[in-house]
Amino acid sequence: MLKALVLLFLAWVCFLFYAGIGLFTSGFLLTRLELTNHSSCQELPGKGTLVGSGRGEPGACWTVPRFSRAVIVLIDALRFDFVHPWPAGPPAPQPFLGRLSFIQHLLEAQPQHARLYRFLADPPTTTMQRLKALTTGSLPTFVDAGSNFASYAIQEDNLIAQLNNTVDRDDWDLLIAHFLGVDHCGHKHGPHHPEMAKKLNQMDQMLQTLVEQLENDTLLVVAGDHGMTETGDHGGDSKPEVMAALFLYSPLPLFPGASLKDPEVVPQVNLVPTLALLLGLPIPFGNIGEVMVDLFSGEGDTQPLATALAQASAYHLNAQQVSRFLHAYSLAAQDLPPEELQHLQNLFSSASSEYEQLLDQLKTGEVREADIQALISQLRLFLRGARTACTETWARFRPARMIGGTILLASTCLLCLITSRLTSSPDFPFHCLLLRAVVWGLAGAVLLAGGLMAAGIGLEPSLLCAGSAATSLIAFLWALKSRESSSMTVFLPGPLPILVLLFLRSAALFSDSFVVAEAWAAPFLLRSLSLFLVAQLHWEGRLLVGVSTACLSSPTASLARREGPRALGLLVGLLLCVRLSILFHRCPEETPVCQSSPWLAPLATMAGGQAKNLWYGACLGTLGVLVLAVRFWLRRCGNLNSPAPPVLFVRWGLPLMALGTAAHWALASGTDEAPPRLQALVSGAVVGLPRAVLALAAIGLGLLLWQPVTVLVKTGASSSNHIIVPFVGPPASQADLDYVVPQIYRRMQEALRGKLARGGGQTPLALAAYGLGSVYSAAVVTALALLAFPLLLLHTERISLAFLILFLQSFLLLQLLATAVGTPAGSPGPFSVPWLAISAWALTATQTFYSTGHQPVFPAIHWNAAFVGFTEGHGSSPVLPALLVGANTFASHLLFSVGCPLLLLWPFVCEGQGSTKRKKTLASGTEVGGEKEEEPLMEMRLRDSPHHFNAALLQLGLKYLFILGVQVLACVLAASILRRHLMVWKVFAPKFIFEAVGFVVSSLGLLLGVALVMWVDRAVGSWFKQLILSQER
Amino acid sequence: MKILRPKDVKTKGMRQINVRGGSQRVLALCLLFVHFESLPYGERLQGSTMKDADIKRLFYVHIFCIVSIILTTFIPSFFLEDFSVLETHLTWLCICSMCVAIINVVLYLQVKPNPSSKRSSIFHKISRLLKSCVYFFISCLLFHAIIVLYGAPLIELMLETFLFAVILSTFTTLPCLCLLGPNIKAWLRVFTRNGATSIWDNSLQITTMSSVIGAWLGAFPIPLDWERPWQVWPISCTLGATFGYMAGLLISPVWIYRNRKQLTYKSR
Repeated sequence: MLKALVLLFLAWVCFLFYAGIGLFTSGFLLTRLELTNHSSCQELPGKGTLVGSGRGEPGACWTVPRFSRAVIVLIDALRFDFVHPWPAGPPAPQPFLGRLSFIQHLLEAQPQHARLYRFLADPPTTTMQRLKALTTGSLPTFVDAGSNFASYAIQEDNLIAQLNNTVDRDDWDLLIAHFLGVDHCGHKHGPHHPEMAKKLNQMDQMLQTLVEQLENDTLLVVAGDHGMTETGDHGGDSKPEVMAALFLYSPLPLFPGASLKDPEVVPQVNLVPTLALLLGLPIPFGNIGEVMVDLFSGEGDTQPLATALAQASAYHLNAQQVSRFLHAYSLAAQDLPPEELQHLQNLFSSASSEYEQLLDQLKTGEVREADIQALISQLRLFLRGARTACTETWARFRPARMIGGTILLASTCLLCLITSRLTSSPDFPFHCLLLRAVVWGLAGAVLLAGGLMAAGIGLEPSLLCAGSAATSLIAFLWALKSRESSSMTVFLPGPLPILVLLFLRSAALFSDSFVVAEAWAAPFLLRSLSLFLVAQLHWEGRLLVGVSTACLSSPTASLARREGPRALGLLVGLLLCVRLSILFHRCPEETPVCQSSPWLAPLATMAGGQAKNLWYGACLGTLGVLVLAVRFWLRRCGNLNSPAPPVLFVRWGLPLMALGTAAHWALASGTDEAPPRLQALVSGAVVGLPRAVLALAAIGLGLLLWQPVTVLVKTGASSSNHIIVPFVGPPASQADLDYVVPQIYRRMQEALRGKLARGGGQTPLALAAYGLGSVYSAAVVTALALLAFPLLLLHTERISLAFLILFLQSFLLLQLLATAVGTPAGSPGPFSVPWLAISAWALTATQTFYSTGHQPVFPAIHWNAAFVGFTEGHGSSPVLPALLVGANTFASHLLFSVGCPLLLLWPFVCEGQGSTKRKKTLASGTEVGGEKEEEPLMEMRLRDSPHHFNAALLQLGLKYLFILGVQVLACVLAASILRRHLMVWKVFAPKFIFEAVGFVVSSLGLLLGVALVMWVDRAVGSWFKQLILSQER
Repeated sequence: MKILRPKDVKTKGMRQINVRGGSQRVLALCLLFVHFESLPYGERLQGSTMKDADIKRLFYVHIFCIVSIILTTFIPSFFLEDFSVLETHLTWLCICSMCVAIINVVLYLQVKPNPSSKRSSIFHKISRLLKSCVYFFISCLLFHAIIVLYGAPLIELMLETFLFAVILSTFTTLPCLCLLGPNIKAWLRVFTRNGATSIWDNSLQITTMSSVIGAWLGAFPIPLDWERPWQVWPISCTLGATFGYMAGLLISPVWIYRNRKQLTYKSR
């Protein structure tokens, strides 16, 4: 199998996953751009108003205030039927019916003062989003992309901000009371519980007291931010969830006529413009609501013409503001459909011109009420159209896309599973299948694009990608099915324990408690897996000797004698590492129950003194240990003696990087203590040092790519006549025979070949290549070390200890896996990494994400990382800070996925662990195949069968992608099934986002890692050729 | 109730014994059998009947253990005020662990499934006893260390964690000590694929594994936000271990009985 094919295939599978994630995201994650513009009092959204502009009057802004104050009572989860009047007499069948009798009393007694509305909330019906809607008049979505989307503060223009900016009256203007009791009661007991009746009675009493205190210039607003389902939950878009109640009351008569029998439906966003104009404030910039026309009945007089004029002017102001917002928004973002915008624009301009006409007619004094009504209806049409367009875009799940994305993800997982089993078969035609899939995918994309263009819908990248991914996936699976029907049978990943583990891991993502506790759950599963591994080793009698006396004489027993205590030691070390890494956990939220590790804070925040110095020393020690560990490992493998540039870089560049990091930490943690004369120098260094470290890492990686072969060649190092590992005595068992006979045969063959080639008598020239046995893993380890230093720099100082644990732990895990899962001793056949190893690796990656102080919630992101090396902040471009913060957040994903090929390589590296010298002699024969070994072949076994090597890499990549893909799939399912859940926007949706981005980072890292190994393989090939050429000369 | 004598046991299958009667009845039955089983091992029965009789003995011993564990949940409330398994959990842990330990020791001394070694001097017996105690203590410490490595708090709730380790040792190490003696090699042998040499070894495998798995499963409800009293560390784990142990006690005779044809033991 070709190397390029492996990479292409992996890239294609990644593309399928991305398309699935993208499609789901476009249906699930409602996004919107936050504009920072603010309305101001001086600047009207358009031309002046018809009547009562009131400019220049005290306290007036766009309009004259109707009320000088307002009291807003926000009762969380006040569903409409909680307030709906209930005839006195028979007891209500439900505890929540007819409890707010005071509102009923007001409605009946003072119909011109009070009015009840159905208050239609827009999904997502979660409190945070609703509060935002009730103050900004917009449709907040889960991700309101803005300058800082992790903040809980509202950045957009809103009513409260307008109140603070505009008005400076002496006492209070707005009183907001937010009652959470009803919501809490609903979550705990549901609406049908007697507790709900008690709670509503309390609310009723509170309102009664409030109304008694109310003055004449005050408007009372009682509103629910959302409703609740029959079980008391909310968050989704079902009718009981979105139908809240709104009750308005004024001590003075406010409404022209009596209220309707059936209360009117009012969208929630309409409250903001209404309140703004009633209080004489500018309407917030981003409002898309429409004023509630009943409340603008003209002051005092009840003439129909004056009322109509007042309503028309309020409508016109509102329409001007909405039009201005739509214009500003369409300049900043393209998600509103352009045709719709054009249509709205036309509506608005025709209404405006009519308005102009009306102004002229007003001057001449001939205004008919019918004209005004026509204008009002036109303005209303525009406002409603604008709101519908925005709702369509921002506030609606698209179930078809969600389902499509889920299906795409699931079938890609299945594809990974099926193909990972087929890789080992030598004659499997991957290239023609891939070609067919790609062609079909392209054709599908083109067809879809044509269809979309014909239907007049804009080309949406997520839709196009999904279409092409689906067609190519179907084409591939179809071809696979027609090729070999037997292989399509259900195939489960690995043995039962792995299935249980995968199931637990996926099922845990469906529970908000477990998602919050994943920082504990992932290490728990990892420990269980490693304990299980060792227990199984013992169960099979491979751990300790003296147990299975029957097979003591076989080679496996002698293997066990060596490996038993080592496996136990590795296990204990691994468990210790995992336990220690918990010390660096961060809490998703700071609560008294959960306190984040104090070690996550930067050293600069510590009060000076001994402790700070000690910590700094510990961090320095960590850096030193990291550098030395890499060097030591390379030396043990024999790669450190090579004169290749990457090795030189490891010798000199890595310590330099460590030095730079240490200096940066010293300066950054003690910037304030520097003497004033050196202040400029220090600030320069704080900027320069991280960049220097980054540049060094880039240079190192460049060198590694330039000459990745780190092998020292010595000629004539040893004579070549040792045949094999000495074997004394007659062979006792079949195993011994299997061991000896092929070597004798090979030796004979070689001798014969040597004679034929050289005419005999001539001793072949011996050649020793140090470090050839670990040439691949040396490159990967070097790359990991080079990656780790910049990532380390992006974290706070003390997390370097967590990085040390990370490296130690993954080393121990690799050793344990290599020991326990079985060395491929002598097997030239298909190589394969077991599911257990890959699951453990993926679990370690997850665990490390948490143990480097991360949590899958937005407030826990380390924003400081954006300023490492850029203390002054960035320009307008968000790319670089996003990269820095992303690298910080997904550091563990990146490291573990780049290091993923080590899972395949490590057992080969461990093969030669017993002997100290890592060298391999090459007879300078006529061909590369004429090698003879007195040392273990190690990674050269992989080179000996390039087809199997490539197949194993492909299989490894597919298996890793499968494990990660199943996690993403579980997140996707959890988020879509539980989209009504209380915690969906707080737990499940952020978890999905982090998991999806983590998947993208991991898959890219995996591609890089696999590509690196292949690059090294290519370089080794050309190195062999050169060697042979030079020997022949 | 029919009183069974040794002669009956030889001929009659297990199905004839009604176990579905009240616990009182079973208890009486078990006590009877314990009395009966005090005869030295290996003199009466041979061949497949030997195995059947062994399974029967195993079954009654296990039933007795289960009943005694159930009794520990409510008998102490007659003597102790405010006793309940959840609220005074540590007390129950101590009582349960003591009770299981005593019953294990007594039963195995009575039943003597593995004939003890030829040397039976007082000195030898005492050294064995001392060794057993030391081993038990070491196993408690080991379990404690493993639990802490598994993420239990290191300093707070140390007593709770240690008692959890003790009850886990009672369920796993103590039967090993009783059956195999303080002989680590034998323990290690039993827990390998072909290491079991008698149905007692098999039942040891099953009960130990199920206790450990029960404790492991017991950790799962801890993060859930149900706010139940039994979610507090280490109650769910100890309860899990206890239920696992009881399940193992029930399962092992059944499993052995169903697989009795396949189970062939090599003599040591």
